Amino acid sequence: MKRCNFGYFLAEGIRGIFIHGVMSFAAVVSTVACLLIMGSFTLVAVNVGASIVNWEQKNEILAYVDDTLSENDARAIESKIRAIPNVLECTFITREQAMENFVKDKAGDSLYRDLPAEILRHRYSIRLENIEDMETTVAQIEKVQGIASVNALQEVSNGFMTVRNIVGGVAIILIIVLLVVSIFVISNTIRLATYARREEIAIMKMVGATNWFIRWPFIYEGLILGILGAVIAFFCQWGIYNAIGGAISKTDTLSLFTVIPFRSMALYVGEIFLGTGLVIGVGGSLLAIRKFLKV
Amino acid sequence: MVRLIGVYKSYDNGVRALKGVNLRIDDGEFVFLVGPSGSGKSTIVKLITAEIEPTEGKLMVNGFHLNDLRASKIPRMRRTLGIVFQDFRLIENKTVYENLTFAMRAVGASREEIKKRIPYVLELVGLDKKTRRLPHELSGGEQQRVAIARALVNNPSMIVADEPTGNLDPARSLEIMMLLERINSLGTTTLVVTHEKELVNRFSKRVVAIDNGRIVSDGMDGYYNYETM
Ligand SMILES: Nc1ncnc2c1ncn2[C@@H]1O[C@H](COP(=O)(O)OP(=O)(O)O)[C@@H](O)[C@H]1O
Ligand SMILES: [Mg+2]
Repeated sequence: MKRCNFGYFLAEGIRGIFIHGVMSFAAVVSTVACLLIMGSFTLVAVNVGASIVNWEQKNEILAYVDDTLSENDARAIESKIRAIPNVLECTFITREQAMENFVKDKAGDSLYRDLPAEILRHRYSIRLENIEDMETTVAQIEKVQGIASVNALQEVSNGFMTVRNIVGGVAIILIIVLLVVSIFVISNTIRLATYARREEIAIMKMVGATNWFIRWPFIYEGLILGILGAVIAFFCQWGIYNAIGGAISKTDTLSLFTVIPFRSMALYVGEIFLGTGLVIGVGGSLLAIRKFLKV
Repeated sequence: MVRLIGVYKSYDNGVRALKGVNLRIDDGEFVFLVGPSGSGKSTIVKLITAEIEPTEGKLMVNGFHLNDLRASKIPRMRRTLGIVFQDFRLIENKTVYENLTFAMRAVGASREEIKKRIPYVLELVGLDKKTRRLPHELSGGEQQRVAIARALVNNPSMIVADEPTGNLDPARSLEIMMLLERINSLGTTTLVVTHEKELVNRFSKRVVAIDNGRIVSDGMDGYYNYETM
């Protein structure tokens, strides 16, 4: 392609966008919507994933020792617990230490201050190597002689993973649907543009223009719409993310959740948006000009 | 240069538009193709411009064998032709000059080539004073001159005009025919389709007459007399 043609195709492509301003607007909006939903779901999945990792790093299982065991007997179990494959660390906590921590937690609450340490049990704080196998490991710990019960924050961990899986699944379906919708809307916009210029196209064919010469302006048109959608979606995503992220950080109940700063992912998000925008734009225009060039 | 050898054309609806046409037009010739409405004149034009394919028979245009010409090579072949229609087919929102630029750009001409070529062609068709006009600001005869200028602008070796005077009054029609004759005298092969008897008979040119899909006469006497057949 000659260099002077690039400018020509670009100018023709931009002209096409304004021939059907409303359709072009709709095409950009649908691209933005597609990218935003895709981006939001991906970002939620990424954040949940990060929270799982975070949770994994400070995961803690408490194994309570049977009341009838003396402190020395209780300490003796440690080697048995350590022998379980998935156990990374195992720390013995006496009931007096546990009491101290407990009272510290409920600081200032006089109701708990004078409780005798005896109501609490000796315990082991256990960390796992792989949180995914928590269920099996918990069952193994429960079988150790002298362990009365095991308290794992398994629900939290399972909850995170369920959320991640659901978000992932829903996201893929939604993304595919929206991708198809966006390509369809862009394709219709371009089809209208080709219709508006059918006489010019007929003349170009008559004087011997190649099919690619006729196609390029429409591909540029789709390209511009796709890029425009990607850029707008990127900044919208940034704003939405920071607003929601800020709200989550301020909430106590969601403090288990780690919000990754947008800036650290901006390049990645930008690349994905731009790439998808290009696919939607070019895909839409190719779909539109596929058949009308056969004459 | 055009060769049609035993060409048959049936349309999808079963109409047999051409029934064994043999036609030879050599480089530099001026030929009138005449015949009543529906006789197959436009079908011959469309075959020459590769808009349609023959059902049977051989076709050659300016050295291109159209029978086995790949679709991607059709643009190259069309660049050797300048095509003119009855209804002008100008771009309404482009000026005379822009209409010609558009045709040159479409085949990849450079700015310099465009600047050099367009004034020459506009002068040839007598429109060098109206380059900034829009088509609707011109008379029918002038619009057809623009269309002829556009057909010439990429320097084709042959002009094909399908009823170029069909929308014009007799005086304008004569002017257009004289312009086409002038272009032919400058070396461009010229095929003019028409059914206007008086007009054809004012020129002493080769006349090919077609009726009901068959060539019924082909002579150098310049006399259009199909009605008597
Ligand atoms: N695209 C088409 N489909 C079907 N029939 C056609 C088509 N074009 C032309 N015909 C028929 O073919 C015959 C010749 O048409 P045409 O070549 O246009 O004649 P002319 O130009 O001499 O008036 C006519 O009977 C016409 O109705
Ligand atoms: Mg006709």
